[in-house]
Amino acid sequence: MTVTVELNSRKVTRNIEPDMLLIDFVRAEGCYSVKRGCETSNCGLCTVFLDGLPVLSCSVLAARADNRKVTTLEGLLEEAKEFGAFLADEGAEQCGFCNPGFLMNAIALFREKPEPTEQEIREYLAGNLCRCSGYEGQLRAILKFLEWKKERGHK
Amino acid sequence: MLTIKEYKKVESLEEAWELNQKRSSRLIGGMMWQKMSKGNCAVAIDLSGLGLDQIREDADQFEIGCMVTLRALEQHQGLLSYTDGAVKEALRHIVGVQFRNTATVGGSIYGKYGFSDVLTLFLAMDTYVELYRAGTVPLPEFAAKDYGRDVLVRICVKKHPGRFVYQSVRNTQTDFPVLTCAAARLPGQPFLAVFGARPGRAVRLFDDNGILGEQITEEAAREFGKYAAGRIKTGGNMRGSKEYRTHLVRVLSERAALSLADGRENRNDCHS
Ligand SMILES: Cc1cc2nc3c(=O)[nH]c(=O)nc-3n(C[C@H](O)[C@H](O)[C@H](O)COP(=O)(O)OP(=O)(O)OC[C@H]3O[C@@H](n4cnc5c(N)ncnc54)[C@H](O)[C@@H]3O)c2cc1C
Ligand code: FES
Ligand code: FES
Repeated sequence: MTVTVELNSRKVTRNIEPDMLLIDFVRAEGCYSVKRGCETSNCGLCTVFLDGLPVLSCSVLAARADNRKVTTLEGLLEEAKEFGAFLADEGAEQCGFCNPGFLMNAIALFREKPEPTEQEIREYLAGNLCRCSGYEGQLRAILKFLEWKKERGHK
Repeated sequence: MLTIKEYKKVESLEEAWELNQKRSSRLIGGMMWQKMSKGNCAVAIDLSGLGLDQIREDADQFEIGCMVTLRALEQHQGLLSYTDGAVKEALRHIVGVQFRNTATVGGSIYGKYGFSDVLTLFLAMDTYVELYRAGTVPLPEFAAKDYGRDVLVRICVKKHPGRFVYQSVRNTQTDFPVLTCAAARLPGQPFLAVFGARPGRAVRLFDDNGILGEQITEEAAREFGKYAAGRIKTGGNMRGSKEYRTHLVRVLSERAALSLADGRENRNDCHS
């Protein structure tokens, strides 16, 4: 079957198998930030945006993305860079494997709730698992990033 | 993994129903559950082009299309205020935001999963299931009977001036629940408690003997907890033993009754 997907602002028309997963579609287009972790919809590593909403690409058929917009971390580099620096400063990660999915969902959170409470942050990111850290570094990084953005906004 | 030979985005419910009569076909909701299954599917029937991803609210009811996602459900202001947050409390623990942006109401209800927070929640309300061929049936009837290869079009929740509370116990965040418990105080019916993840499919228990009375006291709530623990069948699995679940039935039904007592704050934790 043929699908046309707007992938990171670029129109891509491809012939695909009906059971191709979205994760395989975007990786075949060179979006290697999107990784397989659990493949059981539990870890959040494969997060991409489908029409602006975060979804798990390991569990969505590529066919479902026909005539829709798909965004991966490759399409959000500037936005991710700012926040990524805070993650690094807080030593929030060890192996870094969870990072792309975490960045994607954190960006989704910032877009949906520009001033989230600590409880809202924890809840929004509950579907992003990290095997190395205790999530405290990530939480500190988010809080400091939001604070910085607020201060910058006031200037 | 599920292999799919043909993918068909249908243009009508009739087309979906007809294609679904073949045992080798499958209706596709959010696909989250089916993705975990093995097997061969000749035709995957995609319902996403039929405008069934809308929630309509009027003075009497909510109509929830089968393709509405769990995330859209938990964010719907009308449902949030009607249930005093119970809808959010029921859904917010299911895996993660990304998961709930895809999993659908239709797949959740049609699946009738034993662990289902979604089924537990809607069984506490005056809910009806609209099936393409079998017509409209009350949700408790739908949950108890096999409706074969019909298409679930939407669910409908009738509004009543009542109160709802939802609680679940999980061993870890985002895991399947060990026990779910929804409760309702609605006019013209006895106090209702629903228990799911027993681990069997959710069941309803009415306070038919009037244990709770008009004004729910702490003592009456305790008695109702004991009554529920004696009546609700539980079992054991890797998440909890039969005894532990029965203990939880007692505790959660007591808390549910108390939190719906007049003048008390609802316990739907998402408010905190
Ligand atoms: C890892 C994981 C964890 C989960 N944890 C929880 C949890 O803690 N609590 C909870 O309540 N749920 C949980 N669920 C279940 C989830 O919430 C959904 O109920 C489930 O994924 C089904 O919804 P879906 O949209 O993905 O349906 P699908 O997987 O697409 O379909 C499920 C079934 O319903 C049929 N179907 C779909 N739509 C229709 C329709 N309109 N008419 C007729 N039949 C239809 C399909 O053919 C299939 O048989 C979990 C699921 C997974 C995979
Ligand atoms: S790989 Fe998709 S959720 Fe883990
Ligand atoms: S840093 Fe290793 S999984 Fe998160």
